[in-house]
Amino acid sequence: MNQSQPNATQLHFRGYDTKGFFDELIDEHDKPRPGAELLLQRIEELPDDELLQRQQMAERSLFHMGITFNVYEDNQGVEKIFPFDLVPRIVAAEEWNRLERGLKQRIRALNRFIDDIYHDQQIVKDNVVPEAILKSATSFRSQCIGLNPPNGIWCHITGTDLVRDKDGTIYVLEDNLRCPSGVSYVLQNRFVMKRSFPWLFDASHVRPVLDYPGRLFQLLEYLAPEGIESPTVAVLTPGVFNSAYYEHSFLAQQMGVELVEGRDLVIHDGFVCMRTTKGFQRVDVLYRRIDDDFIDPKAFRADSMLGVPGLMEAYRNGRVALANAPGTGIADDKVIYAYVEKMIKYYLNEDAIIPNVPTYVCYDDEQRAYVLANLDKLVVKAANEAGGYGMLIGPHATDDERRKFAGLIEENPRNYIAQPTLSLSRIPTIVKDKFEGRHVDLRPYILYGKDIFVLPGGLTRVALKKGSLVVNSSQGGGSKDTWVIGSSLQQTQTQEHSQ
Amino acid sequence: MLSRVADSIYWMSRYVERAENLARFVDVTHNMSLDLPPGSDQQWGALVYASGDQEYFEEHYGEPTRENVTQFLTFDREYSGSILSCVQAARENARSVRESISSQMWEQLNQFYISVNDAAKAGISESPNDFFQYIKNSSHLFVGITVTTFSQGEAWHFSRLGRVLERADKTSRILDVKYFTLLPSVADVGTPIDDLQWSAVLRSVSGFEMYRKKHHGITPKRVVGFLVIDRQFPRAIMHCVDTAYRSLHAISGSPQGTFWNVAEKRLGQLRSELAYSTVDEIIAVGLHEFLDSLQTKLNGVGEGIYRTFIAMDPDDANANL
Repeated sequence: MNQSQPNATQLHFRGYDTKGFFDELIDEHDKPRPGAELLLQRIEELPDDELLQRQQMAERSLFHMGITFNVYEDNQGVEKIFPFDLVPRIVAAEEWNRLERGLKQRIRALNRFIDDIYHDQQIVKDNVVPEAILKSATSFRSQCIGLNPPNGIWCHITGTDLVRDKDGTIYVLEDNLRCPSGVSYVLQNRFVMKRSFPWLFDASHVRPVLDYPGRLFQLLEYLAPEGIESPTVAVLTPGVFNSAYYEHSFLAQQMGVELVEGRDLVIHDGFVCMRTTKGFQRVDVLYRRIDDDFIDPKAFRADSMLGVPGLMEAYRNGRVALANAPGTGIADDKVIYAYVEKMIKYYLNEDAIIPNVPTYVCYDDEQRAYVLANLDKLVVKAANEAGGYGMLIGPHATDDERRKFAGLIEENPRNYIAQPTLSLSRIPTIVKDKFEGRHVDLRPYILYGKDIFVLPGGLTRVALKKGSLVVNSSQGGGSKDTWVIGSSLQQTQTQEHSQ
Repeated sequence: MLSRVADSIYWMSRYVERAENLARFVDVTHNMSLDLPPGSDQQWGALVYASGDQEYFEEHYGEPTRENVTQFLTFDREYSGSILSCVQAARENARSVRESISSQMWEQLNQFYISVNDAAKAGISESPNDFFQYIKNSSHLFVGITVTTFSQGEAWHFSRLGRVLERADKTSRILDVKYFTLLPSVADVGTPIDDLQWSAVLRSVSGFEMYRKKHHGITPKRVVGFLVIDRQFPRAIMHCVDTAYRSLHAISGSPQGTFWNVAEKRLGQLRSELAYSTVDEIIAVGLHEFLDSLQTKLNGVGEGIYRTFIAMDPDDANANL
């Protein structure tokens, strides 16, 4: 690209290969996609090594902020940052506005579904979701039957995974309605990017994300039991050894609320209280980052050391609000996921704006037969696994692995779904001293309170290994900043000339 | 504030102060050994003795020498009392309360640990003085950042409490060890060597100039008075206990001169004892005995703080006065 402007930079996009994939920044004619013109041009104009230096500076800055995880192989105190790549993903306003509408539509329907499932189960009675699938869902929590969370909202904080296929279509891959993590990286990536490219931010009209903690706090305050004027909000974490601990601590700090562990809380006279230096102090709202199973040993797993005995009872009695409500995991079941488009139609009488990835439910005889006959083309996933585990990527698997999964599917068809292998879109990523395309997904964050807010942008996760489709940080993934460009194409060009 | 958070902030400060004092300990011994005839390794043994972990030392290092004691107290990863381990513990405490302290405090402590960890990989240099200076400066920087970026409420008072109680204990130990090594040479009293050694002790707590302003001539008795019962010098035990006293009452809100809990009772008693002592009385008891009992009482205060604010059963806070 930019053939008209020969230059001597080391890092440029000449020779960058977009063949066979959808690239988020550069189209098939080697032209920048809408919104990416300025970024690509500026990157090419940077003098020798400048971009690499900024990349190193950005990494150092993350290191010094202590946004690291431990490498456990030795005890020499080795720590690493979560890999971060300086080339952002860009989403043009028009595309973003459609995604935002789609995400709001989807979360509204999912919330209705969860509420319905723990009350009348009308959707099952109307044969939209098969009763047998619901009955066999391991993430169904009978403890939640009849619960009425404040304002009827169950899933307050959601991080929906979106992916784009070769032809440019964006699909919802997963809904993540329990404790989605990663939003702290969105904010930290943005801090670092602003430091690295201040002029580019000025010119590009990137929509801000740094107001997220303020909005999250407003949402949590909104959930407080009635009659409490200035509620005490706290973030509940499993503790410092949890891999997302940094995020829990960061969010508590940014909101100016306490970060509590299970051992800091007791139920006192039916209320949830923190143990403080001045005695017991009541807590009204908990943003809990502990899974349902561990949150209350009296209600869920008795062997949990992380939770607060009696918390569910206090919740049921309206003495404390929990975000997210317990029980939302039912809609994260990958078999239930297959029915979300139908839910949207059923509850909202609308067509889904963002489609599901086409999904074969192995519980259905016909679909199972298709899956078993086409294992070499499909991705098979277990209903309740996450983080890239418990799955078969058919085209890359060996015969043995495929045979093993065929066996697993026959044994427990309810537990598996299959989807066509998508070829995830790519973004230029700094690999040593040049750009190579790496596969990405996108996780926008949705806050459901008085109204629904979608954080413009979200976490772009990138599979750093060549050819890899697995973007999870536990398996060699990194992240990028995501820029939703606010202004129109014309405005951007005007800005560019005046610089 | 959360009891767990109070505890971590208190220990974060204590560990930073402990690392600083270890650097002072080792640094002063290096300096003093340069003035002594070759082969006088006994003061390195005294440092090991002061650490209270002779057994561990003998098992891992054998006979104390300048090199192995420095390694032991500075970079030993396995030994929880080394500078490296203290800075690491300070950082881990800070990490668990990152949301409660200012991000500047965390970032400086994180940076501090990264540097010490890197230095540990590089090993001890020929002239470690620069490194010990770095440790002291980093600790001062941390205190400065704490004072200038951290709201001075309850949490801040817990951090100050931890710092000054640790400092009182360590000043008493530096004095104890050096008095012990210096005193036997009665013949040296009043000689230039003696003067050099006592000024080194004062320098080790950054007190040389302040002492000079107040007392001019150096005598062991005056040095003891300066380090134990001076009210103005920030590393003197009396000053530290006074500061702890003010913070403790700021935390609980009880009027000074009264007590609502076991921590206040013990600290108040200790403060009065120091306030109404003279150097002559202290020397008459025996300095070592006096300092030993002081350290026990300081431990009692620490334990009282734990019982009152951390492991607290609110219905029972005053039960064991």
